[in-house]
Amino acid sequence: MKKLNSLFKLQKLQESLAEQRESPKSCIAVCGGTGCYAYGAKDVHKAFKDEIKRQRMKDKVDLMLTGCHGFCECGTLVVIHPEEIMYVRVMPEDVSEIIKESVLKKNIIERLLYIDPASGERIKYEHEIPFYSRQQRLVFGSNGLIDPTSIEDYLAIGGYSALSKVLFDMKPEEVIEEIKKSGLRGRGGGGFPSGIKWETCRDAPSPNGTRYIICNADEGDPGAYMDRSLLEGNPHSVIEGMLIGAYAIGSNKGYVYVRNEYPLAVKNLGIALEQAREYGLMGEDILSSGLSFDVKISRGGGAFVCGEESALIASLEGRMGEPRRRPPYPAVKGLWGKPTNINNVETWANVPIIINRGAEWYSRIGTKGSKGTKIFSLVGKINNTGLVEVPMGIKLREIIYDIGGGIPGGKRFKAIQTGGPSGGCIPESLIDLQVDYEKLKEVGSMMGSGGMIVMDESTCMVDIAKYFVKFLTEESCGKCVPCREGLDRILDILTDITEGNGKEGDIELLEELASVVKDTSLCALGGTAPNPILSTIRYFRDEYEIHIKEHRCPATVCKALIAFTINEDKCTGCGICAKKCPQEAISGEKKEPHKIDQEQCIKCGLCRDLCKFDAVIVS
Amino acid sequence: MIELTIDGIRTKAPEGMTVLEAARGIGIVIPTLCYHPGLSAYGACRVCIVEVISENSSSLDASCTLPASAGQVILTNSERVKKARKVIIELLISSCPNSKTLQDMASRFGVNKVRFKIKDKGCILCGLCVRYCKEQMQSGGIGFVGRGTSRKVAMAFGVTPEECRNCGGCEWICPVCGRACTAGNLVNGLCGGCQNLMPVETCPVCVHCSESVGAKGHKVY
Repeated sequence: MKKLNSLFKLQKLQESLAEQRESPKSCIAVCGGTGCYAYGAKDVHKAFKDEIKRQRMKDKVDLMLTGCHGFCECGTLVVIHPEEIMYVRVMPEDVSEIIKESVLKKNIIERLLYIDPASGERIKYEHEIPFYSRQQRLVFGSNGLIDPTSIEDYLAIGGYSALSKVLFDMKPEEVIEEIKKSGLRGRGGGGFPSGIKWETCRDAPSPNGTRYIICNADEGDPGAYMDRSLLEGNPHSVIEGMLIGAYAIGSNKGYVYVRNEYPLAVKNLGIALEQAREYGLMGEDILSSGLSFDVKISRGGGAFVCGEESALIASLEGRMGEPRRRPPYPAVKGLWGKPTNINNVETWANVPIIINRGAEWYSRIGTKGSKGTKIFSLVGKINNTGLVEVPMGIKLREIIYDIGGGIPGGKRFKAIQTGGPSGGCIPESLIDLQVDYEKLKEVGSMMGSGGMIVMDESTCMVDIAKYFVKFLTEESCGKCVPCREGLDRILDILTDITEGNGKEGDIELLEELASVVKDTSLCALGGTAPNPILSTIRYFRDEYEIHIKEHRCPATVCKALIAFTINEDKCTGCGICAKKCPQEAISGEKKEPHKIDQEQCIKCGLCRDLCKFDAVIVS
Repeated sequence: MIELTIDGIRTKAPEGMTVLEAARGIGIVIPTLCYHPGLSAYGACRVCIVEVISENSSSLDASCTLPASAGQVILTNSERVKKARKVIIELLISSCPNSKTLQDMASRFGVNKVRFKIKDKGCILCGLCVRYCKEQMQSGGIGFVGRGTSRKVAMAFGVTPEECRNCGGCEWICPVCGRACTAGNLVNGLCGGCQNLMPVETCPVCVHCSESVGAKGHKVY
């Protein structure tokens, strides 16, 4: 491929690629996100490839391994374009049938369709599935349409047209003004207005004019993977956003700080960068516009705290990943002391959309203070696990019930934890809360990077708080006292409570200590770490009290406070529990009720899970 | 010069000065541990926290790293500061009860009980030694290793490096090694020793704080 050296050539190429896509040829899109990979998407893709080769159908059908479609619960997902027939849980053995029936004869294979658990109906098309139909997939929608390793695909759907628009039609100041007007706020957790950050960075003095741009892809929240899926599924949108940022801010060097634990993201991003360079969309004098910009990938060493911008910069510079006090903010004094603009993956991916469709259009989506859409990773005790992109201001109820499909097993919804490990737990009583930056903060949680963990009645809130505090204690850099020692002591107290050693006054002590950690910690990790404790105490104080006063765990989770016994009336003496018990703690004659030896029992819960007669009781 | 208000006193400070330095300049004493005038500010111990008053709210911040800025309103000894500082001292003592510096600080600020589990690590990770070695001795023989609760001061690969000139500066500057509390039986993590037994006098330098400061008075750098 020859380098594109003018706007005209880029537009010509975009047009011809778009035309090729318009052909009536069928296209099979196999989801190649990490979730579907785990389900065996690679084998499905290979099976399709072999089958197409075997039947010599290469000119009749296209095959594409795309990025994540979001509906990870039902992987491996296969969508047949242009009809948008969607098959779920596809296995390699289904492939020949799909080719024969759906591609050649345009028949629908009923058994591979998605069944709506609410109505029991089989749904044929992707856009009709409630999980998708209630979303607004601005940023994430292209994932299913393109092969992330092909820049041609991205160009064919209009990719890099936002870049050409800013390079040839807009002044840098106008770009910043546009971003400011759009109301875009940082999607990584802080929620700082991106336009103002860009402007600060552009206006910050830099003696030799060097300014840096960083994409923060150090996504470490448990259960969150939206940045991962964007980088894996649509890396060019992030690169395009960064290019626009570079033009607006006046930078010619960028970095993507990405977790090394995301091998596919690193790989796809590397391919994308290489392709962009090949096409002349990155490097010296891009499209003869005068803009020179290149991006380097820097892989993180696995520290959660490096997602904090000052720690990230320290790590990029080759120092220990430790936060420092801000101000000076990185926008003024960042990487190697130069003005540096850091934005999260999702923020960068929003930029081309704002430029293409205009700030006014963008700012119509969302609430007063929070504009646009947000990708959430909906996980936990929910029917439709996956990535969902919704407009700001949507109610939690809509996310959980309409998109998420409710709680599995007919259990009751108890709480939802938003914003990663340092977010708060929002109880059922606030389920009609509108999701935006301010509202979440008001109820003691936060937007964070967009993790949403749904919990049902079988979740113990003290145990949940303990889990998150443990995570944060391990991930704290250990520099400042409140975060290092404070979180460790909070964990001690919580451990005592869950082991039945809680004392009167522990809740008050927790509250006092947590508020000091929140108020006095050096960086945002410590400043938000007490959220899970404070919010669970705020909304589930009675659960703490029952643990402390009655030495009981109402959700039967805390091992020290529960005992497994067998209900003699229900036990049929099948013996499966006795056979599988790792401690050999269960005994009994065949066809006679069994017994659990409490001394031996390690409360692993295996017998309860195995028993078909619900004879194992937890008390 | 910029003008700011500390504990109700209007004062001027040159640009680039921290709130801690500005406060000390007018005789207001803010306790510190990881701060040393000869070393770079680090902001780790959080003992020097002050309350920064803004229009609708207030926040706590470490004064040793907080740049003085025009129009700032600072309270160094408000109820909120005192309460948080006491908890921080408690945390420090619970991780290192055998430091005289810490025990003195505890009695000075009225910490009479440590409510947390004592886990004696013999180090508060204030980083004075690390910074002293690097900044004053130009050596960098010691540094931090690990993160979270397993963070510690160590030499690379546990071997005394060539850079170490055995100057002993790290021990000299350490608030724990050099000044060990020799009281035998700690009650609730506290020694209740020397400082508590000495006659208490009020700070001779500043008139605005009513803190008792022990026999030696405020230490002004």
